[in-house]
Amino acid sequence: MASDIVLDVRDLRMRYGRRDVLDGVSFAARRGEVLALLGPNGAGKTTTIEILEGFRMRSAGQVSVLGADPAHAGEAWRARIGVVLQSWRDHAKWRVSELLSHLGEYYAPYSAPGLPRPWDTGELIAAVGLTEHARQKVRRLSGGQRRRLDVAIGIVGRPEVLFLDEPTAGFDPEARRDFHDLVHRLADRDEATILLTTHDLDEAEKLADRILILAGGRIIADGSADELSRRMSTQAEVRWSRDGQRFVHSADDPTRFVRELFRQYGESVADLEVRRASLEDTYMAMVRQAESGRERGADADAARRFSVVTG
Amino acid sequence: MNASWTAVRLGLRRGWIEFKQTLTNADSLVPMVIMTVAFLGVMLLTRTTTVPGTHFSLGTTMLTSVLGMSIGVNVLTSMGGLLAAEREDGTLLRAKAIPQGMTGYLVGKIVSVSLISLIGVAGTLVTGVFLFSGLALNSATDWLTLMWVLALGLVATLPIGAILGSLFPSARSAGLMTLAVGGIVAISGIFYPITHLPHWLQWAGQAFPFYWLGLGMRSALLPTSLAVVEIGHSWRHLATFGVLAGWAVTGLTVAPWLLRRVARRESGSSVAARREKAMLRVG
Repeated sequence: MASDIVLDVRDLRMRYGRRDVLDGVSFAARRGEVLALLGPNGAGKTTTIEILEGFRMRSAGQVSVLGADPAHAGEAWRARIGVVLQSWRDHAKWRVSELLSHLGEYYAPYSAPGLPRPWDTGELIAAVGLTEHARQKVRRLSGGQRRRLDVAIGIVGRPEVLFLDEPTAGFDPEARRDFHDLVHRLADRDEATILLTTHDLDEAEKLADRILILAGGRIIADGSADELSRRMSTQAEVRWSRDGQRFVHSADDPTRFVRELFRQYGESVADLEVRRASLEDTYMAMVRQAESGRERGADADAARRFSVVTG
Repeated sequence: MNASWTAVRLGLRRGWIEFKQTLTNADSLVPMVIMTVAFLGVMLLTRTTTVPGTHFSLGTTMLTSVLGMSIGVNVLTSMGGLLAAEREDGTLLRAKAIPQGMTGYLVGKIVSVSLISLIGVAGTLVTGVFLFSGLALNSATDWLTLMWVLALGLVATLPIGAILGSLFPSARSAGLMTLAVGGIVAISGIFYPITHLPHWLQWAGQAFPFYWLGLGMRSALLPTSLAVVEIGHSWRHLATFGVLAGWAVTGLTVAPWLLRRVARRESGSSVAARREKAMLRVG
């Protein structure tokens, strides 16, 4: 259903001087979908997310977030968007609950039927695990606690679309798991559409319905972690043991290989493990391929230029 | 409409909260108190010196001038400094990410900066009444003059502070602003009658709001007879109103435009870049 499309980006381009940071990025997201945007540093992840947030002007292309162009959307649109920012030392003198209830009140006029805004302060503080620190001043929070507060501020208005730029940087494993639960809850229960950037492939695999890989200013892959690894058709690793001896074999078609293995050795095969390429392997392979493709393109450009000069 | 009013109301609340935070925070309170005590100290030393050509205490005159000047200087430097600092630390970006958040932020800043400056004036004035003789805040007209000079002084200097805060790239460079303001104050007839300065410096001093704030406060708080030592032997209320209003109109025309431009440029990566730069300085 077309009305279900919440994010729609077509041929997005961003140019700084003579450098194309984004060179025709296209993707879409349906309501309630969680998208992870992956890519090497400098690939344009932050630029993309800031254009969608309405914080940065684009050079060309069409962008629609909740049916509006972020570059010109008004305050009513802003009320439906959540942005998780990295805090530093802002609002240091404010108390956690005081700040959250103050910032939440800006959303009250934008309540919709069935969607009361803002989130109740006490509930929200509990949801991000800051109940014990509710009366604490912001500057007394630890780095991890502050990050939880950032997330709370980002979702205080019950956003329909949530943008997170590297949300779990600096989280300990427990905070990370809590955060993952919260994201699932927002997407499943509140049907929020979530776009996040991360460097943690494991996190992307756990959280995202779909993964976008951005490299060289383009989306080079778009699909679930499983689809991506299938598309790369990287080899699977098969491990087993026989008579106390361990074996490892890389197979293009692991199913056939294992069938053959059992046919030959039957009951003596033990400790069987088939490991598909991890998202990390897939990611590395894709980025490498894209980068070498780009270099080849650059070589071709150079060759063309050279031939113009000599010709 | 509804949402904009909510934002204004929230801005007032925000201003009040920040005002209370400043009053209960030693870091922000101590410098204010030290400044006030230092000024009062200087005035006390000159209490027995007279204003040239009169038998009136130079200390008392200085007290009234400082009251006027400090409202302008405090408003201007704290508005400018806070805006630069809060742009750097991401407070402004948070406001931008929230519906009508910028309105709330600005209203809040105007309220908290004004309240803090006014309470500073009130504190100095009350202390001054006990320490100095000759203050003549007797009639309703004097009170009225005091009110309009203070109010117009706020409206004239708040937007200039906002403009300067928008222009300086970081909290650190905003420190230069304080230096420049100090220079202007020196030629604004606050610590010594402006008529004793070279003619061209008198003109320069009168171009800025601080001289007029000082003059306005002197006119409200000192005996009428003291007008003789002023330029033109008069309190020049009309000119005071004109110059301060001129600054207010200019500031209110330029400030919203500049603030919009500043707000437009805020993004997560611009704040991150400034943070990195600031961290490098510290580390």
